[in-house]
Amino acid sequence: MIDRDQVLHVARLSRLRLTDEELERMPGELSKILDHVEKMDELDLEGIEPTTHVVELQNVLREDVPRPSLPRERALAGAPDVADGGFRVPSPGGS
Amino acid sequence: MTEAVRQYEPVIGIEIHVQLATRTKMFCGCELSFGEEPNTRTCPVCLAHPGVLPVTNAEAVHFGLMIGLALGCEIAPSSIFHRKNYFYPDSPKAYQISQYDIPLCTGGRLGDVRIHRVHLEEDAAKLVHAGSSGRIHGAESSVVDFNRCGTPLVEIVTEPDLRSAAEAAEFGRLLQATLRRMGVSDVNMEEGSLRVDANVSIRPAGQASFGTKTELKNMNSFRFLERGIEAEVARQEQLLAEGGTIQQETLHFDPEAGSLTSLRSKEEAHDYRYFPEPDLVPMAPTEEMLVRARAALPELPAARAERLERELELPADTAKLLSFRSELGDFYETALAADSDHPRRLANWTINELTAAVGDGDPADTKLEPPVLARLVAMVADKQVSASAAREVLAVLIAKGGDPAQVIEAQGLGRAGEEELGDIVDRAIADNPDAVEKIRAGKQQAIGALVGAVMRETKGRADGGEVQQMIRAKLGE
Amino acid sequence: MSDLLGLTAATQAELIASGEVSGAEVFEFWRGRAAEDDLGAYLWVEEETPADPGRLPPVAVKDLFCVEGVPSSAGSRILEGYLPVYTATSVRNLQEAGAAVLGKTNQDEFAMGSSNENSGFGPVQNPWDRGRVPGGSSGGSAAAVAAGTAPWAIGTDTGGSIRQPASLCGIVGLKPTYGAVSRYGMIAFASSLDQCGPLTRDVTDAALMLRALEGRDPCDSTSLGLPEAVTLPSAERLDGLRFGAWGLAEEGLDPGVAEVCRRTLDRIEELGGGVQEIELPSAGHGISAYYVVAPAEASANLARYDGVRYGYRSPHYDDLLGMYENTRAEGFGEEVKRRIMIGTYALSSGYYEAYYGTAQKVRSKIAQDFAAAFEQVDFVVTPTSPTVAFELGERTADPLAMYLSDYFTVPMPLAGIPAVSIPCGLSEGLPVGFQIAGPAFSESRILDAAYALERTIGFEGVPVP
Repeated sequence: MIDRDQVLHVARLSRLRLTDEELERMPGELSKILDHVEKMDELDLEGIEPTTHVVELQNVLREDVPRPSLPRERALAGAPDVADGGFRVPSPGGS
Repeated sequence: MTEAVRQYEPVIGIEIHVQLATRTKMFCGCELSFGEEPNTRTCPVCLAHPGVLPVTNAEAVHFGLMIGLALGCEIAPSSIFHRKNYFYPDSPKAYQISQYDIPLCTGGRLGDVRIHRVHLEEDAAKLVHAGSSGRIHGAESSVVDFNRCGTPLVEIVTEPDLRSAAEAAEFGRLLQATLRRMGVSDVNMEEGSLRVDANVSIRPAGQASFGTKTELKNMNSFRFLERGIEAEVARQEQLLAEGGTIQQETLHFDPEAGSLTSLRSKEEAHDYRYFPEPDLVPMAPTEEMLVRARAALPELPAARAERLERELELPADTAKLLSFRSELGDFYETALAADSDHPRRLANWTINELTAAVGDGDPADTKLEPPVLARLVAMVADKQVSASAAREVLAVLIAKGGDPAQVIEAQGLGRAGEEELGDIVDRAIADNPDAVEKIRAGKQQAIGALVGAVMRETKGRADGGEVQQMIRAKLGE
Repeated sequence: MSDLLGLTAATQAELIASGEVSGAEVFEFWRGRAAEDDLGAYLWVEEETPADPGRLPPVAVKDLFCVEGVPSSAGSRILEGYLPVYTATSVRNLQEAGAAVLGKTNQDEFAMGSSNENSGFGPVQNPWDRGRVPGGSSGGSAAAVAAGTAPWAIGTDTGGSIRQPASLCGIVGLKPTYGAVSRYGMIAFASSLDQCGPLTRDVTDAALMLRALEGRDPCDSTSLGLPEAVTLPSAERLDGLRFGAWGLAEEGLDPGVAEVCRRTLDRIEELGGGVQEIELPSAGHGISAYYVVAPAEASANLARYDGVRYGYRSPHYDDLLGMYENTRAEGFGEEVKRRIMIGTYALSSGYYEAYYGTAQKVRSKIAQDFAAAFEQVDFVVTPTSPTVAFELGERTADPLAMYLSDYFTVPMPLAGIPAVSIPCGLSEGLPVGFQIAGPAFSESRILDAAYALERTIGFEGVPVP
């Protein structure tokens, strides 16, 4: 179960603005999915280690050798708002 | 402050972020940035373009292992990276790759302070305030520069073992000296390659449990760290004395105003949603990696100070200074290797006269060769040159190099001979009858006028003590 | 030239090699076919024939892959117009093997979906019945190959996104072992599950393409490549091979699909293979684990779409928070938002162990189930999809019903093992897919078995003249 307040909290964590319609719909919709998901609790998972990787690899490391960086024009080419050779954003904390 | 207030004991732990002196970033091949134009050290990986993947820098792991071993930590047989999720313009993936429940190293100790953990992570980008943007009337905007983004970082967290601001600063300096000696970081606080946060709480003396702690962020010198902690301890003491309670919060210390401001953001409390980074595989240091890291460790400052104190009988402060500033220690020990007759005198010359001349610089960068310093100090010891004249000689040697004997000869700085000195003393006695009379009347201080006259005449080529003795002898005292 | 349409990619490659046609002629033919696509399968088609198109026919590439200078949007409005500055390793490997990029194919947004209806750029029609979905998320790739507007294609599979659309469109789709093919440049959905693989006319083409795709990539720490070179399939018989059938008694399985799959089991026996029912006690919980792990990883993978460095930025904001929230609310589609919400919730403070932690343990259980099964049998076989292609709009109102489309395909990526879907007949006039899964790195053996079956089944793969 996930209620309206939790939906709002999770939407804020996800940086998603929900419409009124979404806010109406989502608690029920997500709860239904989560109810199904919770069926996995039926399994006996005592002593089972979680899988974080399906490949058995370790120490995959890269030599500390420089590779060319992008020319600045290319780095900035797709940016929505460019100023002073950088990516412009509204100041954090400022309004 | 009342007596009651003073019964609180500060409990301090510190967290240090160190930028590693690798050539490339933590997870991509971009070179590290040293003041280049903004956004010229970026690639799809550190700009978090769609589809990119991180690959761990082997040298960063090596440096991390070196630090862990230097601090006597236990190295995790297998450690993993996590994703730490948060939205901020300085974080292009909106998560930082960091270590969470299984860090590279745990436990350990430096001096009297226990180390809690040492882990690897990546640095964030830089935000530069850009003033009002044109698009939104009156709104402030910032510009993001990703050059720093992805620089390898090691975070070192201590246990809350520090009991005063001075201890915290002292520990910070030892850790800085240790890391500098290892060559794993520039450890420059002003440039941000070493950044210190402090967790501060107070408790009634004798109480075992901890009080609520606050976090002091990003102090850019150990002096400010000390003052910041002092200010925060005082604030907490006052708050408790007034019957208030400490709030857990993050604070910024303004060294100019001496004030603390809360950094509590208007956005909700953080929920970093850590989970294991699926794009990276575990790091399981092999015996070979550990052997290599161990072999790369030089003698560390704490050990060096202890050795200098024990083997050369240097005073503790002197030994510490030579060890914390390893460039001085290196110069000193090279000089000592050329002439080991006067270890204490040589040490004093190194930490006093030499540092007076080179400041924070490295004496090895001057024209002065370490064996030459040893020779000069030996000449002082053998009274071939007076201390004050030797200082002038040192200045010449630092600027131009050369041999002390030649400089002394060329500049006429050789110690005045007994005969010459006797003549000068006679003249001083004849020229200052008033002073002579006072001395004879028992006013011993009056001898200073005669000594001063002789020193002026010899231009410092005589030893003050010796001159005094000679005057007394001639006056029949 | 139009006889190229009926040929497999391997046969076309032989014609190029023998000099009967030039690579440029082959490319030009397929470029023309792709340009005529009217199913919504393509989002972009190459306009110029490359100077040296290579010795393999060109390949249709799912929009999820970054190709330098070519629009690559992962089927999302938030990346509309995004031009990558680099090319995915898998695509580069294909180019180096001689297969040029023909076009970018439509898909469910960020590979989240089983019908291609979640594309930010409109749905794709199934060439077998234009009122039906092609499956997803690699729906454009599957439809293009089935409709003959591409000789072959690549897609990605996270919970079935290659195999399920291959099944619904009557073609071959292979999800390789996790780590066999580099993920670098493949726009991430769920990093611990995503794999790139071929969608092809037949099994030989799948092997031929896998040979070009696989390999360890220094840019992908989780890539291994395959331990042995891929051999082209040649088996005519299945003597001595044991097939473990799973899921044919499942409640949600369409009877028509079950029937066609049973007939396929009979054919296995006719070819000398042994068939037995096997249990995968935890695999039934695959959907549950999958719909925690995949959204959780996706919630982090999709956090980078924030309107700062590339892609869409909302024009409506007063401050940073507003910029983030509106950009993402306007740029992402419904299903993507839903999954970001589920994933964020599952990782959030207080819920991690109950959801993510548990789901990762279920993965371990499923992997154990497969390991136990492969002690008894060489392959696990199942229907690929519980149903044939469903109607457009039929399941969009019920996300959970849509998720259950992945019932048979989700356990394999959770365990990291390879599986192929091959067409095995028709039900209600629509293709049915048969899935063959094997242990990690058993691709060549799986394809060999699939090849023998394919020859016996004799499926007519091209629905459109």
